[in-house]
Amino acid sequence: MKLVKAIIKPFKLEEVKEALADIGIEGMTVTEVKGFGRQKGHTEIYRGSEYTVDFLPKVMVEIVVDDADAEKTSDAIVKAAKTGKIGDGKVFIIPVETAIRIRTDESGAEAL
Amino acid sequence: MKIKKTLLALLLSSSAFLLAGTVGAQELPVAEAAEAVADAVSFEDGYAAFMDSPGAAFFTISNLWLLISAALVFIMHLGFATVESGLSQAKNTVNILFKNVFIISMGILTYALWGFNAMYPGFAEGSAGVFAMGSWFDVDASVAMMTAEYADYTWYTDFIFQAMFAATAATIVSGAVAERVKLSSFMIFATLLVMFAYPITGSWQWGGGWLSARGFYDFAGSSLVHGFGGFAALACVIVLGPRAGKYVNGQIRPILGHSMPLATIGVFLLFLGWFGFNGGSVLNADPYLVSLVFVTTALAAAGGAIGSIITSWLFLKKPDLSMALNGILAGLVGITAGADSIMPFWAIITGLIAGVLVVFSIIFFDKIKIDDPVGAISVHGVCGIFGTLAVALFSDAAGFGIQLIGTLSVGAFAFVFGLIVFGLLKVVMGVRVSPEEEAEGLDIGEHGQEAYPDFGTARTR
Repeated sequence: MKLVKAIIKPFKLEEVKEALADIGIEGMTVTEVKGFGRQKGHTEIYRGSEYTVDFLPKVMVEIVVDDADAEKTSDAIVKAAKTGKIGDGKVFIIPVETAIRIRTDESGAEAL
Repeated sequence: MKIKKTLLALLLSSSAFLLAGTVGAQELPVAEAAEAVADAVSFEDGYAAFMDSPGAAFFTISNLWLLISAALVFIMHLGFATVESGLSQAKNTVNILFKNVFIISMGILTYALWGFNAMYPGFAEGSAGVFAMGSWFDVDASVAMMTAEYADYTWYTDFIFQAMFAATAATIVSGAVAERVKLSSFMIFATLLVMFAYPITGSWQWGGGWLSARGFYDFAGSSLVHGFGGFAALACVIVLGPRAGKYVNGQIRPILGHSMPLATIGVFLLFLGWFGFNGGSVLNADPYLVSLVFVTTALAAAGGAIGSIITSWLFLKKPDLSMALNGILAGLVGITAGADSIMPFWAIITGLIAGVLVVFSIIFFDKIKIDDPVGAISVHGVCGIFGTLAVALFSDAAGFGIQLIGTLSVGAFAFVFGLIVFGLLKVVMGVRVSPEEEAEGLDIGEHGQEAYPDFGTARTR
């Protein structure tokens, strides 16, 4: 099993979710995060004082899939989340040791 | 009026004597005679006779208007609570709300216990008009106190209207010291400020004291409420120090307010309440004066907003919402001394100038490391002085000299009171939370509660 972890621009979430549904992936966990890579932040001003905001809002999508599905999942995300502009984000694929469904105690691939 | 006031003072002294634990006043023989006179016609009969008379109509409407105004001034406390919490961090929200709940409760109670009579004592002929003792406010119902013999409103209306004003002085301070003040020290200071200091300066003008004797003019309290609160706040902030991390390496680091919607709600509530604050200060339902005051109040608020918007857009690069909000308040504070004497055109000018002033004042105080999270010192202190002087500049109600003397004396008194009392509190019990508590948030430290538990506590520094 693999954990496909993607950091994407927040407004792309709906598109990514639909792209995953199209390839048969229906479960995922989504977190609001902040971060930056090589995309610089911007300057804001509050009551006369300027400050730099480095951390930009992003959304993190996490899906655990069978090894065989990892690549097509990642491809779907990359295609849906791409805008071509800086700050599009990244996808990571991480090995998963095991998975358990809490309701039924199933484990392994049946739990996905 | 004078005989009534003297009788009143005597009646009050004897009432106070009966109440254990308040000011020790002596039962005077004249008081008993006065009570005997009042007893001759019963209150019920006298009151009924009055309500049948032609004067009852205007009295009833005026009294009602004053009561509505009291309710409007009351809602300003919700305005203060929301504007202060909106401009502060989420982790301190409960603390700010709590302080505001305490202030309105303590304010009304201490005003009843002491302040009302200390502020409106009826200074005796020849007295310096500087200080009077307070006492429990309630009186036996009488024609003298509950009909047009007293004023265009009853004694109770007078009390409740003025009581709502009293607490606003303390809430001005609560904004300036937010996010690092120790709750217990603040509660003690606010109580002393509202109970003792506010009635003293109030008596100088509205209680017939030395300022009113010299022609000072402060219609609804640019100096007596706002200047007073603003300069007490300044003293407290000096004693307290800035928030941790605010001024670092010669730089001013912004500490963002957590809810602009709350702050905006607050300012609109304050604007609404100001119709009662100024409108009720006419002290009756006179159609010309009350309508004039509504107009000047609204025009000054609008002028203030535009003044701040233009100023912040030109000098601070972007139109800052929090500055626009402060601008509305600045305009309102600015017109408060002269809402019934400054004509509409000049009311706009007054507001515009206040709106410009407040932006520069906020920047200035940050530059000299006076940390005021909500701009209270600038809105109320600086614009309070300006508003008082505006009476001389834009109307003929008073001369510049006495306005300057009046506003500076009130401000100085509040400032010195703040320095001494808050300074003493600092020595005796400390006025500031620990650095750890300040970092974690006063909601957890002082109250063991979170304002937004589902979202998780913001531990931003």
